Order: sequence, then structure tokens, then C-alpha cells
Amino acid sequence: MKITPEVVEYVAHLARLELEPREVELYAAQLDRILEYMDTLNRLDTAGIEPTSHAVPIVCVLREDEVRDSLVGGDSLQNAPERKGNFFKVPPIIEVEE
Amino acid sequence: MENILDMTLLEVQEVLREREITAVELTQFYLERIRKHDGAVNAYLRTTEEEALKMASDADGKIRQGEGRPLLGVPLGIKDIFCTKGIETTCASQILKGFIPPYDATVIRRLNEQGYVHLGRLNMDEFAMGSSTENSSFQVTKNPWDLMRIPGGSSGGSAASVAAGLCAAALGTDTGGSIRQPAGLCGVVGMKPTYGRVSRYGLIAFASSLDQIGPLTKNVTDCAVMMNAIAGYDPMDSTSIPEPVPDYTKYLGRDIKGMKIGIPKEYFIEGLEKDVGDAIKGAMAVFEKQGASLVDISLPYTEYAVATYYVICTAEASSNLARYDGVKYGLRSEGKDIIDMYKKTRLKGFGKEVKRRIILGTYVLSSGYYDAYYGKAGRVRTLIRRDFDDAFRSCDMILTPVSPTTAFKIGERMEDPLAMYLSDIFTIPSNLAGLPALSVPCGFDRNNLPIGLQIIGRPLDEGRMMQAAYVFECEKVVKKIPAAFR
Repeated sequence: MKITPEVVEYVAHLARLELEPREVELYAAQLDRILEYMDTLNRLDTAGIEPTSHAVPIVCVLREDEVRDSLVGGDSLQNAPERKGNFFKVPPIIEVEE
Repeated sequence: MENILDMTLLEVQEVLREREITAVELTQFYLERIRKHDGAVNAYLRTTEEEALKMASDADGKIRQGEGRPLLGVPLGIKDIFCTKGIETTCASQILKGFIPPYDATVIRRLNEQGYVHLGRLNMDEFAMGSSTENSSFQVTKNPWDLMRIPGGSSGGSAASVAAGLCAAALGTDTGGSIRQPAGLCGVVGMKPTYGRVSRYGLIAFASSLDQIGPLTKNVTDCAVMMNAIAGYDPMDSTSIPEPVPDYTKYLGRDIKGMKIGIPKEYFIEGLEKDVGDAIKGAMAVFEKQGASLVDISLPYTEYAVATYYVICTAEASSNLARYDGVKYGLRSEGKDIIDMYKKTRLKGFGKEVKRRIILGTYVLSSGYYDAYYGKAGRVRTLIRRDFDDAFRSCDMILTPVSPTTAFKIGERMEDPLAMYLSDIFTIPSNLAGLPALSVPCGFDRNNLPIGLQIIGRPLDEGRMMQAAYVFECEKVVKKIPAAFR
């Protein structure tokens, strides 16, 4: 058993996910089975094989640095759950000592 | 009007141009069909009647002035994953409910330039994660051939709407089979182009090294017309291939004499339903009769494709979906601080399968496991690509089943994610290798459920694949719309 409920909770924290207790149990069992299946890859000797990150070889694409239209402030903010002027508003990030 | 359902897009274009019908009438015809039939199918999340009628009326104006682009005035269904300016785009997720994109995806812009009509938004698995469309957070779409069964996924709404005649054609996306598998299970044509052939700018990302956009259509001709409209280089997508696009309709009607078609032994395995296997063998005979030669080939790493795929796609998804944090768009849940706000937003906004994949992806990328999983999968991906390179030395294209089984029952695989993942066993390898692949109907099983034939081609060889599929389609006429939807 590689995936314990503690591992699921830790990884969920890394991924900024809160889980309900029954989900933790369920995911632990399911992910354990899926990872066991993924471990079949270890049957293969891949020493010296370069990994593929993209199927089509991609070079760094650059374009001319020219002025073009872009989304104006209001349009890019129109879906914000909370905004203040032309900014996204979020809960406090830095704790302030009283 | 009913005979519209049997026309190709080229014929629809003709009757519009000859003004036998107007684009507004055609749009009303489809809206009426949606009202009548979609209660049973649930393919559409939302119709956009007002926009559709306005676009149709604009198209009629252009037709009167003699304009005649192939999709001018043609009503299309759009998978709810393409950013469309001013039209709610949710990816079938609670976290994007109410999201109104401020810009158009490049494919939408290209369809707009053609003067298409936007009928509505089609259901899908949440963030395209799934093989049955049951992971939509809004509704379950039914297979028009049997309403107790799934339409496939993730582009299940797209496949079902085309199969039931609820749009002229639809747009979908394919990361591990999400166009071809539902197309196969619903008895329509679906094309996943070469990685980079269609721009993904404005497509909501799932797994960026695998995602590709393509059409779902009633027939191969329509597939060619749709591909003509959407394919081509786009500076807004750095993975877009800077190669010219041929006129795909020019390939239709050419013979396939002398064409070499590879049959990979690894795709005819235990677990392949007998009726599916028999239908594929029947298809092989059709190609042979038309002058193609069949070549036995081997793709030895096929059995590792699903494991490789689920490491890579979950890793990329965990990274791509980090953006849904309650700050810039979509849902926000209140929390005691910003981390708590992120966590509660994502708890409430994401469905089960999405969370499962984010956790899996985060795990395989986490320190200590990165090399063992993500690194390893990348290396096996190279082996899978080489399999295809070797195979294409002795054949021009490869013929396989789309799925090992026909459509399964709703609910049947929901508690067993691994069984669900294995339903994509034949479609995943071409995503890993970036190759174009299409699904074309080739018959029915004993329960009258459609069976799909897959053709996998060399990079950018979509034209010849459609040429072969068209020859097959002309020889093997498969009924297109279930009787209940006529």
C-alpha cells in the first residue's frame, strides 16, 4: 500500500484541495490501484532513452516585438469574483500583527 | 426540410446558396429539433437561440450579396471548452459556472470568419476528463442509439448531437480519444488532427502536450469541410505547425489502389468484443477489395500506453488546473485566509474525477517521485513514438478498432476509474505520438450499437486518411441517424 490516507491529505494540501474525510479514504484506495497499474512501466528498461515532452519537435517561437491590441483592463477583470478598481481583490496574504 | 439531415455540408451550402432555404430557416429547423429531442439526449448544456438567429440572419444577408464560404449560415454545436466572446463557457465545471470569456479562441474566430451559426454549448466530461460524459457536473448525456447507454467522452455532447441530428456538425477536443471514442460509440465521424495542426489558442487546457481540436461530423465530406475551416498555423499558439493546409475536399473521391494499410497485432487482443473484431475484419476486406494491400505490423509498446498516458495527462492537468483558485474568474468560496480560500473554492468547484486526477498528477510530480513516474513515462512515450516510426516504414496508414467494446451502460464504470481509463486503450497511443487519427462508422453490434473503425496516419497526412475513409464510407453504407430521431 503506497497511498495511505495521510499521503492523500498531504498531496491534496500541495494541490490546494480540501477533501471530505470519505473522499480521502476513497481516493487512497483508488489511487493505490492506479499507481500499481502505472508501476507496470518499471518492467521496461529505458536507460539511455531520451524522454519525449512534446510529440512534435518544438523550437522556441519568437515574434517581432510590435505594438498590438490586447484585452483592456476592464475586459480582463469582468469575471473577477471580487475586484477593487482595476485590481483583483483577495483575502489578506500577509498576516498583520496587531 | 427533413432531408437536410441526409445532406453533406457541401449540399447544405448548395441549397443555401440557391436560396432554397435561408440560414434562419435552417437554424430554426435545428432549434426545433433540439426542443423536440434534446430532452431525451441531454447533449446541449445551453442553446444560444438569440445569438444563433442573429448570426443566421447576418449569414442570409451575406448570401444575398453572393458570398459563399463553406460554413456560411451553417448551424454548429460547440463543445463547452472553447472560449467564445460573450458566451458562457464552463467546461461542464461548477468552478467556471458563469464564466464569460472576453475573447474568442482561434477556432471560434475562424468559424466566425466563415459566418457559421452558434447553436449552443455541448456537454462534456468536466475539463474533458473522462470517457463517458458522466463526469459533467451539470447533466448526463445519453447515447442516441440506446438511451440507457453512455455516448462516450469527453466530447459526448458533440457526438450525441451529431448522431441525433441536433446540429449540422460539432467541434470537439481529443486528449486521449475524446473525439474518436464518442464518435465511434455514437456512429459518427471524428477526426483528431496532428498535434499542432489546429491552433489551441483559447481552448481551455487539460493536458497541453496531448490536447488537440477536431470536428465530429455525419460523414467524411463534412469532416473535410470542417478541417478546411479550422486547420492552419496561428502565431498565438506556439505549438502550432507553420505548414500550409491543403484543400481536404480534394482528396475525396480518389482511389486507394496500392495504398499499404498496416494491421497491428497488438490491437486485436483479449477484451476486444467479438462483434467489434468481426466488423473491423469486414472493414479490412473492403479496403482490400478497393485495391489497398494489408500489411501485418507490430506496435510492441502498445500495452504500456494507458499507464504512460495517465502519468503524463494527470501531471499536466494538475499544473494547468492550478489557475482555478477563486481569484481571476469563476467560483470563489470564502476562507479564513487566502490558502483556505483556495482550498474551499477548489473543494466546492471541482468534481470527483478532476480532484482524483489533480491528486494523482501532483503525486507523480512531487519531489522523490518525479523521476520514477513522470520521467519514466516520458521515456516510454519515446518508445511508443518509435513504434509508429518503425511501422510507417512498411505502411501508409494503420487500421484498428476505436474502442474494444461498444457503448456501455450509464453508471457501469463510474466506481472503477481504472476500468474507465482502459476504455481508451486504442485511442491513446496516437495522442502520445502526436499522430492524426480518425474514427469512421463501420457497422453495428448485435444490440444495434455503432462500431467505429480507426485510421491512424503519419504526421500531417489527414488528407490521405480522409481519402481512405471516404472510399470506405462509399462502399460500406452505415445508417446515420437512429429511427427515433428522424
